[in-house]
Amino acid sequence: MTMRSAMTLSRSIGFADLVGTRTRTRPATDSVNAKIEVRNFSFFYGNFKAINTVSMDVPANHVTAIIGPSGCGKSTLLRAINRMHDATIGARAEGEMRFDGVNVYDQDVDSVLLRRRVGMVFQRPNPFQLTIFDNVAYGLRVNGMRDKKLIAQKVEESLKRAALWDEVKDRLFKSLGTALSGGQQQRLCIARAIASNPEVILMDEPCSALDPIASLKIEDLIDDLRDQFTIVIVTHNMQQAARVSDLTAFMLMNRATRAGELIEFDQTDKMFTAPSDQRTEDYISGQFG
Amino acid sequence: MNTPKNYRWRKFVDQFMRGSAVVATGCAVIPLIAIIGYVLTLGASALSVQFFTDIYQPPNMAQAATDGSEPAFDPNDPFAGIGATQDGAVVGDGSNPEANVYAGAPVGGVLHGIVGTLIITGLGLLLALPIGIFAGIYLSEYRNERYATIVRFCCDVLSGSPSIVAGVVIYVLVVIQSQQFSAFAGSLALMILMIPIVTRTTEEMLKLVPESMREAARGLGAPTWYSTFTVIIPAALPGIVTGVMLAFARGAGETAPLILTVLGSNVMSTDLFAPMASLPLLTYRYTESPYPGENTLAWGAAFVLMMLVLVMNILVRVATRRRAGASR
Repeated sequence: MTMRSAMTLSRSIGFADLVGTRTRTRPATDSVNAKIEVRNFSFFYGNFKAINTVSMDVPANHVTAIIGPSGCGKSTLLRAINRMHDATIGARAEGEMRFDGVNVYDQDVDSVLLRRRVGMVFQRPNPFQLTIFDNVAYGLRVNGMRDKKLIAQKVEESLKRAALWDEVKDRLFKSLGTALSGGQQQRLCIARAIASNPEVILMDEPCSALDPIASLKIEDLIDDLRDQFTIVIVTHNMQQAARVSDLTAFMLMNRATRAGELIEFDQTDKMFTAPSDQRTEDYISGQFG
Repeated sequence: MNTPKNYRWRKFVDQFMRGSAVVATGCAVIPLIAIIGYVLTLGASALSVQFFTDIYQPPNMAQAATDGSEPAFDPNDPFAGIGATQDGAVVGDGSNPEANVYAGAPVGGVLHGIVGTLIITGLGLLLALPIGIFAGIYLSEYRNERYATIVRFCCDVLSGSPSIVAGVVIYVLVVIQSQQFSAFAGSLALMILMIPIVTRTTEEMLKLVPESMREAARGLGAPTWYSTFTVIIPAALPGIVTGVMLAFARGAGETAPLILTVLGSNVMSTDLFAPMASLPLLTYRYTESPYPGENTLAWGAAFVLMMLVLVMNILVRVATRRRAGASR
């Protein structure tokens, strides 16, 4: 764990100047390495404002955690990144959610193409009722890949990356993805998400339905994936956020408006040792929620 | 143990309620068992190899064929043997010397009816499937609540409306226009009856597939049509197949709309644009027949119809179960 912390520190140093204690006031021009720039972003379900003017920069090839009590809008914010809310009636966004400099809520941005670049892992493992192989190959086929050899190669790569290959290599075509254990299912879902080689992976409480050992495997996996992908993870588990993330955002529901707000966004080490906002300290030390 | 003062009363009420439930359940099952048993006993006596391989035989022709005698009257004369016979006696008054001809054992078979039912119902199902399944997909996957409510209401009304209505509609729109009773018109009438069943079961079965599946596919950048056909429908397939079988059974058993559209036939016909035989029509016509042999054929036809639906059900279920279980 100490080595991991050291690694985290060294990796985060480049962002010491990039990520201020109040990101929302930072000008956009500084965000050279930001993969996702959130600017004065608000999100509504009908008339209800779920998140209020959040601004933050998610750096490329780092793990960014979003923590906060239930109902603070952290999942809403995460899902807003790849427009998962499009199917929800009455959902709409204000402000900007820029992905590689392009606002994903611009009219000419195709949500289907966006999601091929921004993959997602969900709270409950949700493999398809297909074979293990077909589960992983799904994203590839969606992207129009037809070369069977290449698909097989990519599936193997992804399963190895997701540390699942050894457990399933004998039954790729025999077992349904839904027949695996919960932890295996979640790693299968991660393999499925990384197979089509997205740039960003969004994880919505990926371990909340898993036991501690399975959770640890997923955390190791996230650690492995950070070199290749930009990861944004929502978690209830603060220890988990401290273990896996480079940067942490803390969100809280405004009691008056009931809208979620970004309280603090900083390097994880700093957030968990010397937060600058009293509310962050209260939450992290367990005096809240 | 301390017994509450109304303990016996409560116990009595409990037993009374339980007894009522059992009796009511029995009453609900008795008609079904009675019908199946009755059709089985009466229909089974008509069953023979000939029953499945032969088509309709006029009673007098059959008699002639078995003993080599001349037909009692000219089979090509539709009025022969009706009313006054050669002796001047009236059919059925007991003095008719040919009475034994009509009372003979059942002859002929219902092959033409089996073939006709399969063709008419199969074609009806083939027409109803794409419409019903795509309508179900619309209601479940692409729903616009306002339209969906209207469509759903129409489906429910249609599936609850008497089947003769579908027959009349096709009679007016197709049979009168084309001046021709035809198997195709019958298929259209059955299609009208099958569409709401297929639509509603498809919708309900698709809705049972967890939302997380759709989210997973959406998160991988799959358009709705792609995830619907690769993930959602395969997951809901056993249920959809059940709905399709239900529609087939409903269509195969319909009589009223066929009377107005297909008319029926005593010969083997596979011409879609001509009258055709079908099992429910044979059952209907032979039940009305004055010939006891034909009455027996009617029971046999009813029995075969029930078995046909049952066997189709079992076959399709085995097929889909094997498909779903293969990779488990």
